Amino acid sequence: MRTVKLTGDWTLNAVDREGRRLSAALRSAPVQHYDLTDVGRMDTAGAFALIRAAGGTLDLARVEARPESQRLIELVARAAAKREVPKEEPRGWHEMTVRIGKGVVGTGYDAFDTLVFAGHLLIVLAKSLINPFRIRWASVFSLAERAGLDAIPIVALTSFFIGAVVGLLGANMLREFGAQVFAVELIGVAVLREFNILITAILLAGRSASSFAAEIGSMKMNQEVDAMKVMGVDPFEALVFPRFMALLITIPLLTFVATLAGLCGGLAITWTVLDIGPSFFFQRILEYVGPTHFWVGMSKAPIMAIVIAGIGCRQGMEVGGDVESLGRRVTAAVVHAIFAIIMIDAAFALLYMELDI
Amino acid sequence: MTGPSPLTPSFASPAEPAEDYVIEVEGLRSQFGDHVVHEDLHLNVRRGEIVAVVGGSGSGKSVLLNSIIGLKVPEAGIVKVYGQDVARTRESGGLERRWGVLFQHGALFSNLTVRENIEAPMREHTRLSPQEMEELADLKIALVGLRPDAGALKPSELSGGMRKRAALARALALDPELLFLDEPTAGLDPIGAGAFDELIHDLSESLHLTVFMITHDLDSLYTITDRVAVIADRKVVAEAPVAELETSDHPWIREYFLGPRGRAAAKATAQGSLA
Repeated sequence: MRTVKLTGDWTLNAVDREGRRLSAALRSAPVQHYDLTDVGRMDTAGAFALIRAAGGTLDLARVEARPESQRLIELVARAAAKREVPKEEPRGWHEMTVRIGKGVVGTGYDAFDTLVFAGHLLIVLAKSLINPFRIRWASVFSLAERAGLDAIPIVALTSFFIGAVVGLLGANMLREFGAQVFAVELIGVAVLREFNILITAILLAGRSASSFAAEIGSMKMNQEVDAMKVMGVDPFEALVFPRFMALLITIPLLTFVATLAGLCGGLAITWTVLDIGPSFFFQRILEYVGPTHFWVGMSKAPIMAIVIAGIGCRQGMEVGGDVESLGRRVTAAVVHAIFAIIMIDAAFALLYMELDI
Repeated sequence: MTGPSPLTPSFASPAEPAEDYVIEVEGLRSQFGDHVVHEDLHLNVRRGEIVAVVGGSGSGKSVLLNSIIGLKVPEAGIVKVYGQDVARTRESGGLERRWGVLFQHGALFSNLTVRENIEAPMREHTRLSPQEMEELADLKIALVGLRPDAGALKPSELSGGMRKRAALARALALDPELLFLDEPTAGLDPIGAGAFDELIHDLSESLHLTVFMITHDLDSLYTITDRVAVIADRKVVAEAPVAELETSDHPWIREYFLGPRGRAAAKATAQGSLA
């Protein structure tokens, strides 16, 4: 016959050390009686420590305590009995294979969903071509203002500096060969062919793909997309398609602005560093660079618009019910969009090289 | 979608004209991965009824609602509303004109004002002039008991109760015959909840609405519903007026209706009807 007598406070603060001492003490021999009458304060953690020390189950008949402690132990014992042993998650090598498998399957589903998205969009596009009154022009124009017009300052400024940097590099390098006049060609080709569209697209990926994803995603979280569907409104028609149209209209225009700003940036350098003035600069651009490069750059604009709007809207539509998925999808929208832009630009560079343009 | 839909609905299912069912759910199975939510679930709602669905948390009440309004395609089984298979005739069925849905958190379009929210379904399905739409929207605002100046507010400027009322106004925008309510009184104070119940009851009486609602509110069950469907064990285990459910011997139903809260609600109703 062994009696265990507990004294003092049995609360969360003391439970760790004292609980282990109690466990060690109880393990040696079976206990017939628990005397808790001298216990000061006891909370759920303290009661749980006692139950755990007693081996998970505690016969309440053997416990002598004040009524409130008795009730507490009873409550905790019932909850502790319900506690499920956590399922053992795979670890190490096994865990890695599970994660790889999930990743592969996820990528497959992702590719399928992208096709579904593209198909849905094409259907809406066809419907809109047949009946242009279906297009929500009001939202197209308000989005075009937000995504396009408001982006002019940042696009122009960035492009100006890129043009200037190219000019500066070219001027310094080419001066060594006494060929500084070719800096103009360098600026012309670089800005007209690559940087105008790249700067525009990357800035819009950061500005618009993220905002599209966040807007559509938060509407999804708020069940507004569901509300649309039950109202008989196709979210693709009301949310996705106007964003496509807005970017399709504004990205070519922004690219043009970026072209002008980039050339001005280059001109600022050639004028100050190389003493090549505007009239000579633009004449040389006209004669030695020519419109082909300009159209090469512009031809990428619609593709970039489709990619940016598509990735932004698609990530937005994928948002689930929680805030974390919103953040993840917005990040994914920007990262995927920028990645796609660089990839497409590289593909275009190869294509035009093969075509000798 | 702009084609004329019949003003007076014909009988929902010509096969059985005697039973005029608005909603028919047959053998529904809903599943998320391995987790089966519904299995062989049957539920019918007749015209003009107020039917409530109750069930424990996670029993799939919202999934059932989503299946009926076509937001979720069932894994098996058929869901028909006005005799049309919802999963198959989503686009062209014209069902959207005949039903209104009040989502749990309102789901008002956050970038539109309350009035524009109410006008949204009208703009989609009718060719009313802007002025007519505005007048009708103001009428709905008054009908659900919102102050007239609430029409110009954005949803974020409204309190929880006002948002529910605004969402109800939007659900009623096209004068639907069928109203879906997802926890209409959740998050409202008891007085607001009581007023909301009364509003739904009055509207359904005067407009001959069929109402399908999900609720946890025992007071709503006792005061306004004609029939209550109980979901447990992936099925509808009982489908009866509240008074009959009290005598059920299903353990969950007993606990639900004969627990302290259930008794209090039943007692309040009994006293209310005596007074």
